[in-house]
Amino acid sequence: MSHDHSLNPATMPEEPEKATLEGKNKFLGLWFFLGGETVLFASLFGTYLALKNSTAGGPSTTDLFGLELVFLMTMLLLTSSLTSVYAMYHMKNNDFKKMQLWLGITALLGIGFLACEIYEFAHYINDYGFTFRSSAFGSAFYTLVGFHGGHVVFGLSWLIALMVRNAKRGLNLYNAPKYYTFSLYWHFIDVVWVFIFTVVYLMGKVG
Amino acid sequence: MSIAATQKRGFGAVLWDYLTTVDHKKIAHLYLFGGGFFFLLGGLEAMIIRIQLIKPENDFISAGLYNEMITMHGTTMIFLAAMPLLLGLMNAVMPLQIGARDVAFPFLNALGFWLFLFGGVILNCSWFLGGAPDAGWTSYAPLSLQSPGHGVDFYVLGLQISGAGTLIGGINFLVTIVTMRGPGMTYMRMPLFSWTTFVTSTLILFAFPALTVGLFLLMFDRMFGSAFFDVALGGNTVIWQHLFWIFGHPEVYILILPAFGLFSDIISTFSKKRLFGYTAMVFATILIAFLGFMVWAHHMFTVGLGPVANSIFAIATMAIAVPTGIKIFNWLATMWGGSITINSAMLWTLGFVPTFTIGGMTGVMLASAVADYQYHDTYFVVAHFHYVIVGGTLFGILAGLHYWWPKMFGRILHEGMGKMAFWIFLVGFHLTFFIQHFLGLMGMPRRYWVFLENQGLDTGNLISTIGAFLMAIAVIIFFINIVYTATKGEKAPADPWDGRTLEWSIPSPPPYYNFKQLPLVRGLDPLWIEKTEGKGKMTPAEPVGDIHMPNGSIIPFVMSLGFFIAGFGFIYQTDHRGWLVVLFGGMAISLGSMLVRSLKDDHGYHITKEELEREAD
Repeated sequence: MSHDHSLNPATMPEEPEKATLEGKNKFLGLWFFLGGETVLFASLFGTYLALKNSTAGGPSTTDLFGLELVFLMTMLLLTSSLTSVYAMYHMKNNDFKKMQLWLGITALLGIGFLACEIYEFAHYINDYGFTFRSSAFGSAFYTLVGFHGGHVVFGLSWLIALMVRNAKRGLNLYNAPKYYTFSLYWHFIDVVWVFIFTVVYLMGKVG
Repeated sequence: MSIAATQKRGFGAVLWDYLTTVDHKKIAHLYLFGGGFFFLLGGLEAMIIRIQLIKPENDFISAGLYNEMITMHGTTMIFLAAMPLLLGLMNAVMPLQIGARDVAFPFLNALGFWLFLFGGVILNCSWFLGGAPDAGWTSYAPLSLQSPGHGVDFYVLGLQISGAGTLIGGINFLVTIVTMRGPGMTYMRMPLFSWTTFVTSTLILFAFPALTVGLFLLMFDRMFGSAFFDVALGGNTVIWQHLFWIFGHPEVYILILPAFGLFSDIISTFSKKRLFGYTAMVFATILIAFLGFMVWAHHMFTVGLGPVANSIFAIATMAIAVPTGIKIFNWLATMWGGSITINSAMLWTLGFVPTFTIGGMTGVMLASAVADYQYHDTYFVVAHFHYVIVGGTLFGILAGLHYWWPKMFGRILHEGMGKMAFWIFLVGFHLTFFIQHFLGLMGMPRRYWVFLENQGLDTGNLISTIGAFLMAIAVIIFFINIVYTATKGEKAPADPWDGRTLEWSIPSPPPYYNFKQLPLVRGLDPLWIEKTEGKGKMTPAEPVGDIHMPNGSIIPFVMSLGFFIAGFGFIYQTDHRGWLVVLFGGMAISLGSMLVRSLKDDHGYHITKEELEREAD
């Protein structure tokens, strides 16, 4: 089809993710979607703040949280955001291999973050008996942090599907917006984590 | 894929076409049919409520069934009738008004519709599976936690699924308006209906996630043993009220703003005048939307949030009367000195202005926090919101249907029946709801199954029920009109109303690619400009060329079906763990379809220049 040639130009435009109308739409659509996601997380944060002292006699935030692990998780996720920036930098230079490499590192860091989170939750449940059902605080904590974790899982699945699908055919104007929107989403997850780190963990330890 | 698809086709082919369509005009038809069906259902529920209240201590239906009726009437009318009907009109008209060939995300457009439909179906399945939700359309905790059976579970899952569909629709419209306006169509040249579609979509985007979270919390509490609203474990029931109304108040503007937009277009067209104060209208719309987010706690004056919170929310609420007043006066000023045509569309519009003004006035009364302690949960509130939602949104939908029916279906609705339905409905409506103000002031609480005799409530309720029957008759006449028009109606020309905006510059119904050549827009009311300058038709902004079109797809349907199946899994896994299979199976279907959609390239297809030229004559 003649159309395919227009998606594989001889020289890539400066912003391949926004070179087609479809790309522009995806870019903007994802931004709007993130606007909605902001309200979603704001509602969860509000709920958490209202319920964080409702421990019903169970463990409280100061009993539970260990900042060492959470610091490690923060570093993993922040770094993964940086590596996704490198990947997008290579996308704009039309260097597909390096882009895939940096995205691969992003995925590994994301998996590392998830592993820590699973360890953290298991630790709370096994060592403290602190579960989703034990108090209103427990429900609010696992819902807020779990929603974030769920977003990480979804983001990783998205990333891996993209990388595997396009591994053999390289970059073109059809998949560039897909990569780019993923990176936007990934940054958003990172920003939400910064708020969780502050509002849940730091304020839970000292607030 | 070629243009020869317009031949006579079998029922199966038409069905498959609609199941897989991504054409915004066909999706509009689906929304109208879906919304129309649920509207009849919600109307039936309303009639049962009114029959129960026709006389004191009636026992037409049981108290439990009555609770299910009021819950389902409200939920159905708001989420499954009014919103889809408005989304249908937006889908049908907005892309044409801004000079676009399609929406930004045709696939998501279809997905949004199917999610809405399956959400509505899952909600209504509850009638046959042990009882409908019965905690009111607001489903306040802890009542919604105590409600036995699965009724409220169906509410949670049904609204979650259809809400996701609405959110998708909102994002789609936003992107469409930002990136796909035609040549010369600047923001300040957009018709008011497109403007209100834009602003409404913003409201959808920022309001629905709050409902999503609220529903998740309720779902976790009911199905997975969490303790958000369980006071014994430190939960707080007021959180539900906040989340619900942070969504719920913008929701009422989601319902009314599109109606404001289409009334503006209709008044301007049938007064043969440019809309008075166009800029003020646009900014009033934006201001209403902005303030709409600042007033949710006026639904909670009696919760006990304290005098400071109540005062702030009371004043913010009253402030909304200002931009709304600007709109009312601008409509009147547009008609002032205009050459007015009175037809069905215009009658619904003229009926709307005083009716909505009454509703707005009682709104300001309710905004007074101190007085609200008297009005709260009485029929005064019921009268108020029916005046704004029926008198605003429903009148708007009916006006819009009469106005754009020729464009959507190629035939003009029968004027005689249209006018008859309007007059009967108008009389019936005021008969039903005007008296309810006084019933409320006399202390009749809403949501009560029966009232006692000789308390001054008997006659009022009888009158109210008589009015409801008149409204039912009018609705039946309207549906007869639809059937009559579909079979024998007058064929519509491209521009039956001497219109002003772009949708009237193309054939009725439009070809599936909308514009053969995108038109050049030279100002507000672009078609009218060309008419007054003697040309009468739009100047093309481009030569005839290939048109890129999206491919149809069954995936939106399958994905929604997956969520539908998973919904039953969620609901029944509390009875038996075996249902988890259904839950995971359904999710696998949905996520699998998502993966297929992501991995399979879909470049769409092109209508070639030659095909277009052949088609033209």
